[in-house]
Amino acid sequence: MKVYLDHAATTYTDPEVFEAMKPYFCEVFGNASSLHGFGREAARAVDKARGQVAAALGCKPSEVYFTSGGTESDNWALKGIMHAHTDKGRHLITSKIEHHAVLHACEQLEKEGFEVTYVDVDENGKIRMDQLEAAIRPDTVLVSVMAANNEVGTVQPIGEIAKLCKAKGVLFHTDAVQAVGSLPLNVSEQGIDLLSLSAHKFYGPKGVGALIVRNGVRLDKLIIGGAQERSMRGGTTNTPGIVGLGEAIARAVGGMEENNAHVRALRDHFIDRVQKEIPDLRLNGHPTDRLPNNVNFSFEYVEGESILMTLDLKGIAVSSGSACTSGSLDPSHVLLAMGVPVELAHGSIRFTFGRRNTLEETDYTVEVLKETLQNLRAMSPLFNPQRGEIKHV
Amino acid sequence: MYSEKVMETFAHPQNVGVIEDADGVGTVGNPTCGDIMKIYLKIDKDTDVIRDAKFQTFGCAAAIASSSMATGMIIGKSVDDALKIKNRDVVEALEGLPPQKIHCSVLAEEAIKLAVDDYRKKQGKS
Repeated sequence: MKVYLDHAATTYTDPEVFEAMKPYFCEVFGNASSLHGFGREAARAVDKARGQVAAALGCKPSEVYFTSGGTESDNWALKGIMHAHTDKGRHLITSKIEHHAVLHACEQLEKEGFEVTYVDVDENGKIRMDQLEAAIRPDTVLVSVMAANNEVGTVQPIGEIAKLCKAKGVLFHTDAVQAVGSLPLNVSEQGIDLLSLSAHKFYGPKGVGALIVRNGVRLDKLIIGGAQERSMRGGTTNTPGIVGLGEAIARAVGGMEENNAHVRALRDHFIDRVQKEIPDLRLNGHPTDRLPNNVNFSFEYVEGESILMTLDLKGIAVSSGSACTSGSLDPSHVLLAMGVPVELAHGSIRFTFGRRNTLEETDYTVEVLKETLQNLRAMSPLFNPQRGEIKHV
Repeated sequence: MYSEKVMETFAHPQNVGVIEDADGVGTVGNPTCGDIMKIYLKIDKDTDVIRDAKFQTFGCAAAIASSSMATGMIIGKSVDDALKIKNRDVVEALEGLPPQKIHCSVLAEEAIKLAVDDYRKKQGKS
């Protein structure tokens, strides 16, 4: 049996989304910037998609800028805003558990002389609102906090953060890459100034995303070239990708409740069985206020990558926060920021459910996971089966 | 990213376990850095030949495969010959390791060395 439980990494493209994209490769191939009929037909398809994004997120079509994906959108939001507002200040605030697209863009800005405050999160991964509020200064330009975390699924109070930012006269960006299609989002009602999204997280194609920029918010360009995207983002319009994004977001937001109910039922069944049947583990992230498809466990006495690879041998795809999968020496910065002990962070596994998963697959995964942990724990010098506790070496 | 040999060795590791009356034990790594390797040796005191080797490892697939391969390579060898096995030999036997996993083979070399040191200390030969 093959079981895909890594939907936070990427989803498959919905076959109906793919169908909608197909004509824009070989038939309607015109450059959307061209004046002739070939171009105008492509431009109409892009306009339709822009309308679909706006309708899904409660913003105006003129506030939607298509990009190559979440990383570009995050880079553009942070660098574009900070570079455009040096008259006000050079200070920006974010959280310690952001995606690397945000954190590494912050590091780059620090090298350029900007100042960044990294706000802590609590043990469930929720941002410390008191710290956030205290960090806002007269020269603070931007606050960037993700809508939901990619590793542990914890949902942040972005409406509340947006309100605080508005009261303090600070711009607010949210990386909503994991949230679109899982959480209700309304840019104008929630008072969000900038929002990043990526199509391949909600059953759209890879390589296309968007940055929503509220009208009137001034930001510098990131990618300079032609006059695409109202002269704000150069590069030939990715018509098939954008068509796919539009179809995908319309379906994801339209079918959100049904999809959430499906993945939540599987996820809760999975958590329930794993907690009952496997000893010595920890559920990472908020117990309830988390993405409906996300579960993240740390398993004691074993290292995450070895669990991942064993599950892979049985056809089950998951991801791990262990250092061994990231290529760095440190395990997940998200788990460490939440205060998860380093050795437990090394043993963390993320399971993210999707539309096609079934109860049968979920039960199969529990069975394989039980066997995997028995075998790996039996092999571990930290595990003492007689005492069932960590043996210090 | 892993060779077929690494995956095969990881999927069916040899020499897993503990030797209760081991003549030498070597432990390297710690849980904070994500790898611990513990190697147990049973050695013929008259000939210094390694009769049995077992391991316990907390670590990634490469660490477990390296432990399995390295213990397999030293069984039947004299302790002097076992010490000649370098991490590169383990990597070669595994048909390669990704660059960031080379340290797993180094752990295996070090654990063997520590286990032999422990044996020699116990024998008063160090």
